[in-house]
Amino acid sequence: MSAVDVARMERAGVRAAVTDAPRRWRIPWSALLVHALLIACIAVVVFPLYFAFVISTQNIQQVVQRPPRLLPSTHLPENYVEAWQKSDMGLMLRNSAVMAVTVAVGKIVISMLSAFAIVYFEFRGRALCFWMIFVTLMLPVPVRLMSTYEVIGTLGWLNSYQGLTVPLMASATATFLFRQFYLTIPNELAEAAQLDGAGPLRFLFRFLLPLSWANIAALFVVLFIFGWNQYLWPLMITNTEAMRTVVIGLEQLIPRSGTDLPTWNLIMAGAMMALIPPVAIIIFMQRWFVKGLVESEK
Amino acid sequence: MHRTVFKSRWLPYALVAPQMVVTVLFFFWPALKSLQLSLYRVSPFGDKSTFTGLDNFTKLLTDPAYYASVLNSFVFSGSVTVLAVVTALVLAGLATQKIRGLVIYRTLLLWPYGIAPAVAGIIFLFIFHPAYGILPYFLSFVTAYDFNWLLKGWVAMALVIVATAWTHLGYNIAFYIAGLLAIPASVIEAADVDGAGPVRRFVSIVFPLVSPITFYLVVLNMVFAFFESFGVIDAVTKGGPGQSTEIMVYKLYRDGFIGLNLGSSGAQSVILMAIVIALTVLQFRFAEKKVTYR
Repeated sequence: MSAVDVARMERAGVRAAVTDAPRRWRIPWSALLVHALLIACIAVVVFPLYFAFVISTQNIQQVVQRPPRLLPSTHLPENYVEAWQKSDMGLMLRNSAVMAVTVAVGKIVISMLSAFAIVYFEFRGRALCFWMIFVTLMLPVPVRLMSTYEVIGTLGWLNSYQGLTVPLMASATATFLFRQFYLTIPNELAEAAQLDGAGPLRFLFRFLLPLSWANIAALFVVLFIFGWNQYLWPLMITNTEAMRTVVIGLEQLIPRSGTDLPTWNLIMAGAMMALIPPVAIIIFMQRWFVKGLVESEK
Repeated sequence: MHRTVFKSRWLPYALVAPQMVVTVLFFFWPALKSLQLSLYRVSPFGDKSTFTGLDNFTKLLTDPAYYASVLNSFVFSGSVTVLAVVTALVLAGLATQKIRGLVIYRTLLLWPYGIAPAVAGIIFLFIFHPAYGILPYFLSFVTAYDFNWLLKGWVAMALVIVATAWTHLGYNIAFYIAGLLAIPASVIEAADVDGAGPVRRFVSIVFPLVSPITFYLVVLNMVFAFFESFGVIDAVTKGGPGQSTEIMVYKLYRDGFIGLNLGSSGAQSVILMAIVIALTVLQFRFAEKKVTYR
């Protein structure tokens, strides 16, 4: 919804009241009903995570007992320690963190520079660059699966951090977000900077960058989650223990055959460790997260 | 639209260079190679390739297994989209009522987006587990039907759909909350004065006002379910039982990486490309509309 729509509605005879009218409590029970409904829905949404946590605190007898035990038990420390040791969790978490941070930072830097060039310069091929960046939206990994693998192989980047991160760094959405943002900055700022003798790079780092921090933070949150949760890409590019990321490593802990011990408490402990970093980032950086999500898709 | 302020012969090229190198090397070149591969028959070790024209496509399009994967893809992405978008609209509608605690409710509704689909899949795998799962246990009191996803294809499909929709709910809720908060109180109040109840208000005023967001989210959820859901399938069902959860991307991976059928995987890539182009065009026709709104 936008200002234009609002104006249109108001012109159409809709009463133009004060936009942020005070909260009205006409029927008190209706608010209570809304709270009750919301709490019920949230209970359903939260349940899988709660259940995973509960299982991660139980010993194996409690995991398989019938009826299922829905309350936490006391085996949290030993389960987490065992899951950590059994799957080399420290290494996997580190790989995931390296991948997520590198992809996020790389995407931000690359996009910021190219958006700056596209907005502030006139050069041959500007439109072509813009369209090439746009077209990457239509080329997700699956549509170039085998041939990208070949390119990475030719470069000798299989099982390396470069292979894991660099090819994911092109980003149309981040470039568009920076472009959109630069376009909201009055031209006078650049002209004034020029009069002061600032060259383009000085303008970018001294003027634009300090204004961009909110956008950068928002993008970082969204891109970190994107990088952390990658599955197909690391599965394809890496096949050694040393390069394994946590989202992939977890799958290999699942007892598939009937003869394996049903160590679901350890898997759930691993799942908790794999999901805590991105979920914590959403919860603690909620404002940036919402901004990054909603604005980078415009 | 742009503003031209600075002049330099080389600097703009240096600034776009990193993005262009990554784009050409890892996007355009492989995409062209996929197009080319789709027209050849390549031996499994890649040492010999023969031009076969549209042979790979005709083979695919006459293969019932491929149709099965196309159907699975549409069932999967359609269900994920409907489930995640409708639930998100209802929850966002509730959370933006004039009640206290919006921030707390929003936090509690957003966080599942941080969970990787594959990790969500593993949690739901245990919830659906035939022997130890809590869902089959409680269902066993209601019906004697065996909800075993290892045996029943539709249960496996339901499992991956629910897990995927769960992770995507937070994304949709973030958009709907932003959209619903942007509706001016005066519009709602006017309807109120005219005597419209909460449901009527929602159906005839709020829903049309957020319909651009709904359209956008439908396209985006389709793209997401089509192209980003490999993890949940691979971690949970591996396409099984039989082929019942083998979506197009999973079949492409299996045929290419495990079956080493490069020609067929190239053709499958090209068909997926057509789908993603169609979806992106839809999405941007909407984006243009939204731009004129602002």
